[in-house]
Amino acid sequence: MKAPYSWLTEWVKIPWGAPELGTRLTMAGIEMEALTLAAPPFSGVVVAEILAAEPHPQADKLRVCRVSTGSGPPLQIVCGASNARAGLKSALASVGAHLPGDLAIKAAKLRGVESQGMLASAKELGLAEASSGILELPPDAPLGRSLREYLDLDEAVLDLNVTPNRGDVLSILGVAREVAALAGTKVTGPGIARAPAGHAERFPVKLEAPAACPRFAGCILRGVDNRAAVPLWMRERLRRAGVRSISPVVDVTNYVMLELGQPMHAYDLRKLKGGIRVRLARDGERVMLLDGKTIEAQSDVLLITDAERAVGLAGVMGGLHTAVSAETSDVFLESAYFAPNAVLGRARRLGLQTDASQRFERGVDFALQGRAIERAIALLAPIAGGTAGPIEVTDSAAHLPKRPPVTLRRKQLARLLGASLPDERVQRTLEGLEMQTTPRADGWEVTPPSYRFDIAIEADLIEEVARIVGFEAIPEADAFEPQRFRPLPGERPAEESVLAVLAQRGYQEAITYAFVDPALQQRLFPDRPALALSNPIASDLSVMRVSLWPGLLRAALENQHRQQDRIRLFEHGTRFQIDGASTREIDTLAAVVSGARLPEQWGVPKEMRGAADFYDVKSDLEALFTATGQAESFKFEAGPHSALHPGRAARVLRCGREVGWIGELHPILVQALDFTYPPVLFELDVDSALAVKRPAYQEISRFPQVRRDLAVVVDESVTLSTLAERVTLAASNLLRGLRIFDVYRGPGLEHGRKSVALGLIFQDISRTLTDDDVERIMASVVADLREKLNARIRE
Amino acid sequence: MADLTALTRQALEEVARSTDLAALEETRVRWLGKKGTLTERLKSLGALSAAERPAAGALINEAKERLQAAIEARRETLGREEIERRLGAGRIDVTLPGRGEELGGLHPVTKARLRIETLFRRAGFDVASGPEIEDDFHNFGALNFTPDHPARAMHDTFYFPDGRLLRTHTSPVQIRALRERGAPLAVIAPGRVYRCDSDMTHSPMFHQLEGLAVGENINFANMKAVLHGFLQAFFERDLAMRLRPSFFPFTEPSAEVDMSCVFCDGKGCRTCKHTGWLEISGCGMVHPNVLRASGVDPERYTGYAFGAGIDRLAMLRYGVNDLRLFFENDLRFLRQFGSFGA
Repeated sequence: MKAPYSWLTEWVKIPWGAPELGTRLTMAGIEMEALTLAAPPFSGVVVAEILAAEPHPQADKLRVCRVSTGSGPPLQIVCGASNARAGLKSALASVGAHLPGDLAIKAAKLRGVESQGMLASAKELGLAEASSGILELPPDAPLGRSLREYLDLDEAVLDLNVTPNRGDVLSILGVAREVAALAGTKVTGPGIARAPAGHAERFPVKLEAPAACPRFAGCILRGVDNRAAVPLWMRERLRRAGVRSISPVVDVTNYVMLELGQPMHAYDLRKLKGGIRVRLARDGERVMLLDGKTIEAQSDVLLITDAERAVGLAGVMGGLHTAVSAETSDVFLESAYFAPNAVLGRARRLGLQTDASQRFERGVDFALQGRAIERAIALLAPIAGGTAGPIEVTDSAAHLPKRPPVTLRRKQLARLLGASLPDERVQRTLEGLEMQTTPRADGWEVTPPSYRFDIAIEADLIEEVARIVGFEAIPEADAFEPQRFRPLPGERPAEESVLAVLAQRGYQEAITYAFVDPALQQRLFPDRPALALSNPIASDLSVMRVSLWPGLLRAALENQHRQQDRIRLFEHGTRFQIDGASTREIDTLAAVVSGARLPEQWGVPKEMRGAADFYDVKSDLEALFTATGQAESFKFEAGPHSALHPGRAARVLRCGREVGWIGELHPILVQALDFTYPPVLFELDVDSALAVKRPAYQEISRFPQVRRDLAVVVDESVTLSTLAERVTLAASNLLRGLRIFDVYRGPGLEHGRKSVALGLIFQDISRTLTDDDVERIMASVVADLREKLNARIRE
Repeated sequence: MADLTALTRQALEEVARSTDLAALEETRVRWLGKKGTLTERLKSLGALSAAERPAAGALINEAKERLQAAIEARRETLGREEIERRLGAGRIDVTLPGRGEELGGLHPVTKARLRIETLFRRAGFDVASGPEIEDDFHNFGALNFTPDHPARAMHDTFYFPDGRLLRTHTSPVQIRALRERGAPLAVIAPGRVYRCDSDMTHSPMFHQLEGLAVGENINFANMKAVLHGFLQAFFERDLAMRLRPSFFPFTEPSAEVDMSCVFCDGKGCRTCKHTGWLEISGCGMVHPNVLRASGVDPERYTGYAFGAGIDRLAMLRYGVNDLRLFFENDLRFLRQFGSFGA
């Protein structure tokens, strides 16, 4: 809300300048977002009168004016505005003036005619977004006076951010009340005299939805001149508050709304048929609004109707057919109280948030309706004349908001704030906020004023006291916290340790959006349904991720586009899996690797310089698995995955349960996404894959270990895990380790066979193994492999 | 025995002339080996008379010992020279870079979050979490947002067709933590939150930190101490803090938390828009309706809650000037945060 400083001073004595006032309000919960001047800086502009305006000899659209500033000889000014005419008072930017937008005024020749300055428009002075012609000033404007002084354009305007609970502050009066409470003064305000009715006509009003509209004040004005000029002071106030001047009647209703917080509406009385009925809409009822749009109202929308049709959307916007126009001379003024619940959400739903709906939604003072009409009549009469009838207030007292007293206990105040305040201070503060207070043994009984919609419980009162006294008056105090130990589950790995494993292995952590491109996700996971947002921010961010891969692949691609040729990214986050009517949120760790196996460097053998492959990434997974303390519980099992290369994909099992996937991106996707290097991906369910087994000491043998190497030729189809399983079974429990140090295919081997070089390590806990012992075990291993795997042992 | 003196001299000269360990060994064998000249001499003592034998023997032994000592000394010298020679040949360029994998790193938002968690854990808070897909009750209703409340509209909520939503703040964890653990408790809940808003300063997904302490005597003064203490600890500096009254449906009284600008120490700069203050958090005393909705008796217990943007804290700590950098995952950006520096 924009509050011009001078308008406030009309309502309350302010002991502070504008910047200090802004700080005080901010520290009381009415945040000043900006402090601006009534006009952007300009200089050298004075009030001047056009004495004569002659046609320009060389240009049809230009006029040569003789302009007086009250002293010295008249100046010759060339002007292109159509309203430049003799007798008009306007704004002259003389030579040397500076206008907004870095415009310096110099003497110039326009089509051969000298011009000693420029007559300025409201737009050129930064007083309007648009304007037609030069500024028109009233005939009594003093010649030669600086325009800034004359219009008080150096006045400060406070831009206030009012929280949604404080509808009562959305007016000059409301801000003035806050100022009074802070300064310990009273709101004075311009006296609003009740003028005697000039006629006795009343317009019938029926409240058919009294809960939604329990009070409606109306008044008939006859003989109004809605073509009259709105005085400059009012136009300027409206402009400074951010409202455009339209016509006397509309401007006055807006002025009253800005000043008192009571939204009003003016109908052209001649266009209203029968009487007013305030009722709920019939479902789908159509209303044509002031802005020319037609809306269809649902049955919870409150309408103002006449005998024939809806003439307004209550508390939001009036109707087009009954709106006042330049021709209007008889007016029916509406000043109603609509309950917040009857307006809340409707305007938003219809896309029609207005100054009126903003105020009604937050709560308008239900004691204000008559007063607002009085103010409007008093303001309108000197501008547009006319005679006002009696102010007719129709209400349903039972439906008006109640203001039951709220108890404030002294003890609770101190307990909640951690600071105690003298009784006198509390009472004075509440009374400064126009609350009625009655002392009781343990505190006060407090009745809030009609304009406050946010005081219902004790804590509300505590807040009021605290914010006026000032939060800075409350000390900082340590809470006493008993030292209690809380469980620290051993099976959950510390998050930072898990992340550190990957970071130490060259991965950078990424954070990608939880909503992804449905097209990409569908290509990767055609079988996994995804949860779609109703209102996504973009179509390529419209479904919840079922995997972290879509986001990571996108991040990898974007890095590839940024000429990064070695990409190792991981993410720790939630993926969302539809599970019947609910959604499982799975804590997930995933990574993408694309590009060279090692950073570019010297001294790395050629065969290690290629792109990272399945086994490079697998070793990172193995590092994580080793860190669980239970590496032996994991198995990799070849398996098809829609996103992965059919021959290079593995399901990760832990104790037989699937806990993740690893593999190379499917070549079709590599091509479609245009990856330079085929990415290798993994994804793990953190809870199951990385649960930790507590380390338990196992005795270390003091006896030497013995190693025997074995080169075994088997069919390609024999996987290492099968081979290792056979070796482990056939070797006795003296086998301590099994190393795989070579896999060979090629010359010397039959087609379809491979040679795997194994290193077997034996050790006993209680004695030194003899050659005999080891030979015996090796013999049984060899025999087993020959028999079970059709293996040949290479010598 | 002039003969022995000459022999000894000759042997010592040979030792001195041996230029490598192999030659020296040959010399030793020639003189002191099983068939060495001096050894032979000793053997020939038997031919002498018993009277001559001790004196002659002593002389030979003395010569032998001298020779042995010389060989030993020479061996040491040659050994050292040989190591020196090898060292020269084995010199490497120590300025060549080391081999192997390079270090990766954590995302700056994660680093800030872990730092926050550590600080609060040390102050006695637990870390709690909750789902990112929430229902209206937890995200709004239980937090005292009435239906159609204007504050709801400010939340720019992402919805799903069935009415569920992406949590717009971490405050639902307040309800969940209180319902699960009851009072008293002190928790923080960092996590991802969502609002359908995207521009220079807004990301549709960002990170929030929720704090909640409920007990029989938890008050506003305690909240001030915790927030101020946290900010000073997080930024590792003395800074001023002020609370401005504000409005949140789920706290009463409510406040916005400003801290003195960490870039200009409150003097005024571009970052703080020349106000000297940075808005960093929202806080307040837990609304009795929220305690009630969580099954906690508001007459017995009071509490405070606060929320802060982790991304914003990270931006201020690391001097990141554009929120969007956090979600672009540009490796050139991410690599800047690989150090131990938290």
